[in-house]
Amino acid sequence: MQFMLLFSRQGKLRLQKWYVPLSDKERKKISRDLVQTILARKPKMCSFLEWRDLKIVYKRYASLYFCCAVEDQDNELITLEIIHRYVELLDKYFGSVCELDIIFNFEKAYFILDEFLLGGEAQETSKKNVLKAIEQADLLQEVHSEAEAPRSVLEEIGLT
Amino acid sequence: MALKIVKGSIDRMFDKNLQDLVRGIRNHKEDEAKYISTCIDEIKQELKQDNIAVKANAVCKLTYLQMLGYDVSWAAFNIVEVMSSSKFTYKRIGYLAASQCFHENTDVIMLTTNQIRKDLSSPNQYDTGVALTGLSCFVTPDLARDLANDIMTLMSHTKPYIRKKAVLIMYKVFLKYPESLRPAFPRLKEKLEDPDPGVQSAAVNVICELARRNPKNYLSLAPLFFKLMTSSTNNWVLIKIIKLFGALTPLEPRLGKKLIEPLTNLIHSTSAMSLLYECVNTVIAGQYSCSVGSVCLRISVVKYLGLLAMSKILKTHPKSVQSHKDLILQCLDDKDESIRLRALDLLYGMVSKKNLMEIVKKLMIHVDKAEGTTYRDELLTKIIDICSQSNYQYITNFEWYISILVELTRLEGTRHGHLIASQMLDVAIRVKAIRAFAVAQMATLLDNAHLLTGNMQRNGICEVLYAAAWICGEFSEHLENPVQTLEAMLRPKVATLPGHIQAVYVQNAAKLFATILKNQEGNTDSTAAQETSQLMIDRLPLFVQSANLEVQERASCILQLVKYIQKLQQKDVEVAEEVSALFAGELNPVAPKAQKKVPVPEGLDLDAWINEPPSESESEDEQPKAIFTKEEPKHSRPRHTEVDEKELARRREARKQEQANNPFYIKASPSSQKVYQETPGVEHIPVVQIDLSVPLKVPGLPMSDQYVKLEEERRQKERAEKKKKEKKKRKEKRSGRGKKHDSGPESEEDITPAHVVDIVTEEMPENALPSDDDDKDPNDPHKVCDIQGNLQDGSQVVVSVIFENKSDSFLKSMEFNVLDSLNSKLQRPEGSGPHDGLTVPFQLPPGVSNEARFVFTVQSIVMPQKLKGTLTFIVKDSSTHEKLDFKLHFTCTSYLITTPCYSDAFAKLLESGDLKSSSVRLEGVNMPFHHLLARICFHHHFSVVERIDSCASMYSRSIQGHHVCLLVKTSGQTVSIDAKCDEPTLLGNVLDEIKQTFSQC
Repeated sequence: MQFMLLFSRQGKLRLQKWYVPLSDKERKKISRDLVQTILARKPKMCSFLEWRDLKIVYKRYASLYFCCAVEDQDNELITLEIIHRYVELLDKYFGSVCELDIIFNFEKAYFILDEFLLGGEAQETSKKNVLKAIEQADLLQEVHSEAEAPRSVLEEIGLT
Repeated sequence: MALKIVKGSIDRMFDKNLQDLVRGIRNHKEDEAKYISTCIDEIKQELKQDNIAVKANAVCKLTYLQMLGYDVSWAAFNIVEVMSSSKFTYKRIGYLAASQCFHENTDVIMLTTNQIRKDLSSPNQYDTGVALTGLSCFVTPDLARDLANDIMTLMSHTKPYIRKKAVLIMYKVFLKYPESLRPAFPRLKEKLEDPDPGVQSAAVNVICELARRNPKNYLSLAPLFFKLMTSSTNNWVLIKIIKLFGALTPLEPRLGKKLIEPLTNLIHSTSAMSLLYECVNTVIAGQYSCSVGSVCLRISVVKYLGLLAMSKILKTHPKSVQSHKDLILQCLDDKDESIRLRALDLLYGMVSKKNLMEIVKKLMIHVDKAEGTTYRDELLTKIIDICSQSNYQYITNFEWYISILVELTRLEGTRHGHLIASQMLDVAIRVKAIRAFAVAQMATLLDNAHLLTGNMQRNGICEVLYAAAWICGEFSEHLENPVQTLEAMLRPKVATLPGHIQAVYVQNAAKLFATILKNQEGNTDSTAAQETSQLMIDRLPLFVQSANLEVQERASCILQLVKYIQKLQQKDVEVAEEVSALFAGELNPVAPKAQKKVPVPEGLDLDAWINEPPSESESEDEQPKAIFTKEEPKHSRPRHTEVDEKELARRREARKQEQANNPFYIKASPSSQKVYQETPGVEHIPVVQIDLSVPLKVPGLPMSDQYVKLEEERRQKERAEKKKKEKKKRKEKRSGRGKKHDSGPESEEDITPAHVVDIVTEEMPENALPSDDDDKDPNDPHKVCDIQGNLQDGSQVVVSVIFENKSDSFLKSMEFNVLDSLNSKLQRPEGSGPHDGLTVPFQLPPGVSNEARFVFTVQSIVMPQKLKGTLTFIVKDSSTHEKLDFKLHFTCTSYLITTPCYSDAFAKLLESGDLKSSSVRLEGVNMPFHHLLARICFHHHFSVVERIDSCASMYSRSIQGHHVCLLVKTSGQTVSIDAKCDEPTLLGNVLDEIKQTFSQC
């Protein structure tokens, strides 16, 4: 997979993940192009389209479009499956996910994606394992922040 | 100082966090840009503080802004700071920001190497995980080089969580730093059998991706993958494996056979559409035997894909598809129209002389049943296409074809009347023997015209009447009852037909009239003739009143003519001769080269302008006189600059192609061409006829079925005769075989694979270089082959050369020339001298590469050849001629073709005793045995016949049919190769080359 984009019906980018090194300028151009192309498509149209030398696989969930770019010989159906799996993961994590969840917790959405895909390849096909990894990492983070927050302030003031 | 810290901490409480920022942006819809710029200012302030929590928060906000399209590259260093925080919370944010914002050119990446290394070896698996994830997004060649070892260690980490991440990221590392592949590969291979399914699937992923880029190196893993494929139940993994096999099968044909069974099983058993799709896709891409395709056909969902697969297979293995004819015909019954259309496409390619009638018969049944005019029209055009393809190649019985056409006219509401009509005309004109039959059929059609024209308005079918009338008129001498036909053509109802058809009716009524007169004048009784004239005179006035100009003009002309004839008849003057003279002369089809044979009349210059085209640039003010005064002839210089030979050849080829597709052209047979060469003149325009045996005439409106039976009988007879002949032939073949090894009965299956011929460039000026490829590291995933020789029959080698323009200027007028040796010669177009260069058929803009092919004739292949050559070209800007020298190195290996050989055949070959033997020892070869074999297969075009432990037999064949057999044994670091070949010199050279390959590594 080359990259993944999430954007709203209004064309606002909600999440982007690039697995190929591109300059900011190129990234912007590509995402602008794709958002326009996909938003112009009618609901009944095919979820796959050929774009430059890539295949674009997209799917709309509620008001969000999930869009992946894969190489020519890649399997479109499994890409669709990946999108769906990611949505399921978000859903499990946030509990019936909505667009706002992703907007306000966008770093979490990235963390989940990173546990699921790595370098554009699926790294973990088990939903349970992905969520477990995220939970434990979050736990680690909370342990840190709960213990640290008050202490660090005090530390800084020099009271301990 | 303390105060400052306190102040910072208190301030922090009022800092926006990410949620505040998002909310703020949403609340400032109108002046978003302004709001964000104040936010960025705040963030800049926050980043200046020492508190890492504040910084992390700022970086987190920046990451969000980056997604919105704001430039945050200025904060790269701060991101690195947050990354290196010891706390997971901040580290996580730092790495996320880095993975989103960094790219290859971000210079601070260099600073991160040590930090990442530290994180990779952190005792906390999530620290390591986060570092790996981040690295996967921004790994650069430098990072890859520096960290490859650390990651490789992680591949054997105790935690599967880390292992799988490490395995996956190795792929990115390989891409950036290919040298790491070789040391890491054994470990990667180990991971294929990791106890954790996640790690296993990661390893499969990586190897599949690598193999797709360069499948040859992974052939040796096929058995392992085969095992995985049959044992794994994880669809994600299966898809990857099947994809991998798709890449491998073209290299190892035997794999295809082995895969049929598991693939068929999967297709049958899986419920996952994506897996099914992948299986079928692989079937399509690979050249699997047709049985898999037919399996697909049985499953309705993928019928479409199955048909698609079949059409691919059809191109390479037409025979295997034909055995599934019934299955394909069944698809015509499918509900889905696109499936039916696909099936039709397939049928088009499947027909042969034998099955044409049967297939068309089935199609005719479908035509009757078909609902919806579009599909029916599609069927109709397909029937006609199928029958008329390649100049009616498959039609053995034209009476049958005419009757099919007549049956098609009974279709209601088709738009393709003109198509049927043109077929009727074409066949009737070109197949002389069929004319009598065709005329009889057409007469019946004309007689029953009312059946066709029932619904005139939306009916295109009346077009066939055009053809019918014309055929009846033109070939009226074949009519049984011309008067009746004449009568039919002059019915008042004809006036309702479209104008152009009426016109043909009128004209051909006149032709008929002439024929009738001729027949009747011999009789003593002249009343019959006069009655016919009267009939004409009575009926024609109807057409004279026609609103259509053409009809009116013809009708009134003919009416006057008939009136005059009547007058003469009343005086008992014989007129028939003169009347038929009006329509004398036979219409013949014209051969494609006919125009060329007509000599250009003297004094006619075809290239000169008839009227000088007005030149645009001339302005009247400057040269007012030029228009009137006689200008010196501008066109004295021949306008038609000589088109070079190649261009001409190309055009000729294109024209031939076009003509081949045009049913109105018949290719002249070479013999007739020669006869007429010296006797130009219109009357000698070569005419070609389709010579065919036509069986007994069947009167009346025939049913095409009859012909199928007749044809079968005829064929049975022929078959019996053929068998006798074949036996004879076989005998001859056996005796004629001699030395040449017969690869099998079907020559079509003799596919010669591409072979690498090395090119060695000596001097390398800065301009264009035919880029060379000396170091062929088989593990390099981005290998580019530059020059490939493709060996054709015994003496020709096609070398494809890739020209790459590495300079900054535009290159044109490239000429490729090689100094011929006695043994190898560059093939040049006829008429050019032995030292002429070949024009490269393209120009090269800077940075572009393109490929051209050159054919070499090689006499002896037992010795390696080196040819010197030069490439001359013009640099556009400076328009200077440049020269580039190169050497073409034809190794003996390049004359070998990978030819599979079965062990029993191999044993026989060795037993035969015709082969001379030789052997070679290689010392200090330090690589696994299967790598060694793969290397020989890859570099020297051998195939493994059999392998037992550390011993393997290999086989290859030269383009001139020399067998080369190897027995490779290894013990420790010593490899001994015993070889046999029927040409000792060739063998010696091949062995030397093998030796060289291994001395390089």
